[in-house]
Amino acid sequence: MQYKYISHTADVKFKAFGRNIDAVFSNSALAMFNILGPTNKVKSTKTKKIKVKTKSYDQLLYDFLQELLFLLDTEHFFLHKVKQIKVTDDFELTATLEGDNCNNYELKSDIKAVTYSDMEIKKTKKGYEATVVVDT
Amino acid sequence: MKDWKIKKVRENVYKIDKEGDMNVPVKIFASEKILNKIKQDDSIQQAVNLSTLPGIQKASLMMPDAHQGYGAPVGGVAAFDIEKGCISPGVTGFDINCGVRLLTTKLTKEEVESKIKELINQLFEDIPCGIGKESNLRLSDEDYKEVLNTGVDWALENKYATKEDVELCEEKGHMKTADFSKVSPKAKKRGRKQLGTLGAGNHFIELQYVEEIYDKEIAETFGITKENQIVVMVHSGSRGLGHQVCSDYLRRMEDEFPEIVKKLPDKDLIYAPTGSQLAKDYLGAMSAAANYGWCNRQIITHYMRESFKKVFGSKINLNLVYDVAHNIVKIEEYKINGKVKKVYIHRKGATRSFGPGHKELPKKYKKTGQPILLPGSMGTSSYLLAGTDKAMDETFSSTAHGAGRLMSRHEANKRFTSEGTIKELEKNKIYIKAASSRGISEESPGVYKNIEDVAEVSDKIGIGKKICKLKPLGVIKG
Repeated sequence: MQYKYISHTADVKFKAFGRNIDAVFSNSALAMFNILGPTNKVKSTKTKKIKVKTKSYDQLLYDFLQELLFLLDTEHFFLHKVKQIKVTDDFELTATLEGDNCNNYELKSDIKAVTYSDMEIKKTKKGYEATVVVDT
Repeated sequence: MKDWKIKKVRENVYKIDKEGDMNVPVKIFASEKILNKIKQDDSIQQAVNLSTLPGIQKASLMMPDAHQGYGAPVGGVAAFDIEKGCISPGVTGFDINCGVRLLTTKLTKEEVESKIKELINQLFEDIPCGIGKESNLRLSDEDYKEVLNTGVDWALENKYATKEDVELCEEKGHMKTADFSKVSPKAKKRGRKQLGTLGAGNHFIELQYVEEIYDKEIAETFGITKENQIVVMVHSGSRGLGHQVCSDYLRRMEDEFPEIVKKLPDKDLIYAPTGSQLAKDYLGAMSAAANYGWCNRQIITHYMRESFKKVFGSKINLNLVYDVAHNIVKIEEYKINGKVKKVYIHRKGATRSFGPGHKELPKKYKKTGQPILLPGSMGTSSYLLAGTDKAMDETFSSTAHGAGRLMSRHEANKRFTSEGTIKELEKNKIYIKAASSRGISEESPGVYKNIEDVAEVSDKIGIGKKICKLKPLGVIKG
């Protein structure tokens, strides 16, 4: 399982899973975009490269997802897949993303922001697990 | 999670006594029925967490529509000492100055019924809505700066507003504490092409008729003269700009005050102590985002006026009743322990409720108290209330902001379909046009608390007096 949604009154909460830290970040991005529409039906017409650096994994996940919302708002970039991703021990993330213009799809709901609410990245037997609540 | 002991103070008012790290008690304004629903999520724990912040005055308050948020509950109100308190982006909310305005027409339900589809379709064509839809405006750098620094005043100068529109916005649509330079380039970029757009999610434009009037005299002052009169409600906020301002300052505060973060029960409650540079900077940026929010609803109003003219001819007019903010922090004065003092009042999913005679009200509403707009869920009633003196003593002049969600979007999608919801609306003669039909199920009336209960409790406690009830005829959903 890449991710699952968890009941939350007003906002959307999800858990993302990955066998390593790179995968859990990548799956968190997919979980967030799938709130708006199925990422697997989105074409790969655009490529984006991003780089984020922070002081902790929590901050890094927060800023990574915020960066994706920024791209959605300013360039209408809707994610299809995370093609390449590298998360380092000193909390730097570089990623290559593929996706398309969001106006080519019928999307639902809205994501206003990523929150720190219940945010957690932890090691599990199978790898890593991240918990995120987004304000919708 | 702790099971807090909730005491009944009197009908519709409950309290959790101060204990442990709490600086003040928690007060919940709800009927027993609503309280039982509030208890089902984490909102009470969030209100307790809020009560531990420094300099909080009197009590951490929960309005009748409270539900779980992040950090503080939605429907949460807290006032902080202006010298020894704090200011918190998470207690203000991500969608800064998400708010509502109501406009009246002279049209009646009978005159509009045959043209509802035409009108809703026209509005839908004229107002960009949904994810990824850009503004029709192309602002110069200088104009954009003015929008953020002066809000609706910019709209007035550029012929998007009348003098009366400006008077009839909370804060006159222009918070003087705004500082363009405190808004990050990223936030500015996110908002740049979104001014005059509705947005998505729970944002909407609703065409309504007056179903019932409870106080004829006050209703008339508000511009509501008869049953079946047509009015229009707009719900939108400060778009990506406001969201980014909140995120930016959460991070800046987290980085600047690591010692505070360590002690917090929830990181989303991060704050800047009043008097710090960061507190000033956030207030400047938040106010600029609030100005953007008012200006956004004003530009939408301008487009709506044009749309109405296209359908009903050039003589038709839309008059603003009032425009209220739901997510905001600002300085207001209250009597606390016998002394009038200034506080940083945070309203997160709550509406200001200034009663008759309040010095900040426009002349028109000096005798009645301010209009309060309580939107219901899609397809159900909305209410127009009036501010009261009692709210000043009880709730730092605040009341509910809407119905308040009951269940998650995930749960909503399991229980309702968009097609089913549209059919149900059609059965009730409500025409809906949505940027995306896929999201309609998530805003289905069944996922919200009953607005009738929320309005009733507000009226009974006396923190917002019921003036009239509005019913929808048509909806545009972002």
